[in-house]
Amino acid sequence: MKLRLETRSLLWEARQLVAVLELTNISKHFGAIQAVNDVSFSLEAGEVVGLMGDNGAGKSTLVKMIAGNFRPSHGTMRLDDQDLVLHRPVEARQRGIEIVHQDLALCNNLTAAANVFLGREIRSGFGPLRILDYKSMYKRAGEIFNELKSETRPRDLVKQMSGGQRQAVAIARTMLAEAKLVLMDEPTAAISVRQVAEVLAHIRQLRDRGIAVILISHRMPDVFSVADRVIVMRRGRKVADKPIAASSPEEVTGLITGAIEQV
Amino acid sequence: MAITLDQTIAQKQRNWFSSIFASQTFWVLVAVVLACIFLSFATSSFATPTNLYNITRNVTFVAIIALGMTLVIITGGIDLSVGSVLCLCSMILAITMHAGYGIGTGIAASIGTALVVGAFNGILIAYLGFPPFVVTLGMLSIARSLAMVASNNTVVFQFGPDHDKLLALGGGAWLFGIANPVLYMAVLALLTGFVLRWTRFGRYVFAIGGNEHAATLTGVPVRKIKVAVYMISALSAGVAGIIQTGWLGAVTTNIGAGMELQVIAAAVIGGANLAGGVGTAFGALVGAALIEVIRNSLGLLGINAFWQGTFIGGAIVLAVLFDRLRNLRQSE
Repeated sequence: MKLRLETRSLLWEARQLVAVLELTNISKHFGAIQAVNDVSFSLEAGEVVGLMGDNGAGKSTLVKMIAGNFRPSHGTMRLDDQDLVLHRPVEARQRGIEIVHQDLALCNNLTAAANVFLGREIRSGFGPLRILDYKSMYKRAGEIFNELKSETRPRDLVKQMSGGQRQAVAIARTMLAEAKLVLMDEPTAAISVRQVAEVLAHIRQLRDRGIAVILISHRMPDVFSVADRVIVMRRGRKVADKPIAASSPEEVTGLITGAIEQV
Repeated sequence: MAITLDQTIAQKQRNWFSSIFASQTFWVLVAVVLACIFLSFATSSFATPTNLYNITRNVTFVAIIALGMTLVIITGGIDLSVGSVLCLCSMILAITMHAGYGIGTGIAASIGTALVVGAFNGILIAYLGFPPFVVTLGMLSIARSLAMVASNNTVVFQFGPDHDKLLALGGGAWLFGIANPVLYMAVLALLTGFVLRWTRFGRYVFAIGGNEHAATLTGVPVRKIKVAVYMISALSAGVAGIIQTGWLGAVTTNIGAGMELQVIAAAVIGGANLAGGVGTAFGALVGAALIEVIRNSLGLLGINAFWQGTFIGGAIVLAVLFDRLRNLRQSE
């Protein structure tokens, strides 16, 4: 146990050297509207950062730049110490950035396994005659759900699943790819209390695999229970960036509303 | 943990038995079979080799296009132009062969026309964001008009040096006395079924119909797939046109008029959902078969042909009613 702790701290130190994601002076304006204004931060492997802010604070614009939906007007992004210039969302995915969308981006008419593998189907055969390898996909999806300790079954249709199970399908997608960074947009907004616990457990599982997670959330308890750090945005600017232990829900609320100017 | 991982992986929501009984296609098939049994006893002319030969052959033209239409409907689209495209492709084939070119050239020109028309539809829909209804409604008008322009609105019934080959292609029966068109239909249906179930393309077709936004976000080449789907739909109309030309032995500018509605009806009766995401190749065949059996039986039973539309329309509503009832039960 002690050895494991030491290994972990060694790994921790190694990670400190190279940030997974590093944003420098990122700005984005749409015409006259300054959506994101001069934001810089970095993120290490296995770190969970809660990104908070009111509607229109710029957090979703910021995340969309990392996800390849928008290009920054100013500033640079680096992933694993290499320039990150994205023209399309697919490129973000190719670079190891996975997004769990708020609406989960699931196809209700397909099975859990089909959704997990959507866009990355396993095929067998050769040349142009390659067919879907159902067996391998069911097997791999089953293993991932098992790892997530989710009750989701690979052959079930997504249509008939609970909110928590649907989240598990969306999260399983990110585990398929050995992602470096996972962006989660309000994953706990529309599900029951018991399912929230499941989703938070999934986030910890991602963290334990050394994946960096950016969690966008309005729910204070979620961020405080799972995040290592909290970043608060207001009117396009970063107004706080501190370890969760050094902050409090009251302070974060003050920062979000503007009662506290900046820390 | 009494349940192993393998069991979880193997776990299905419903076994095959209950999923068959829950499928609209199955009940439509039952209706077709019952109608055939009834007609065999009620009339002396139904279960004759000639009549069965005619029925199976008549089914094919609608069925072949319904296969292509099913793909379009699964993506959540619609193709109203297939009847006119059938006419245009038949006419191109006829004119090319009439001008003295061989059957190979004629078929190539016809298929080429279908692919160009399909690509035009698909690009407008996928890249320029036109509603499928509008684009294909426009093409319904354009394609038939072009067929009239190309032929100067005449009937073509002489197909040059390969005249007999073309007639044999569409009108012959090369295998066990089964009409050739039926063989083509069977091959195309198997191919469509295979593509839908076993290829990545087929998976993407379903994904687009289920949630186009999700498909885009997960990196599915949505636009290319959509263009391909409209090309396949036009291609199926072109193929049906070629076969029908060989069978009829003549092309007029009004063939295939109103056929798009029969084709859509066949796909929908067979279980394709116009909202997208659901449909099978087998369903398209079964739907087409039901329509043809209704048409045929009304004639044999001596019922006024004016009733045809009522019965086919009733079949559409009844078939979808099953689906609605099931959904209502599920949502309760």
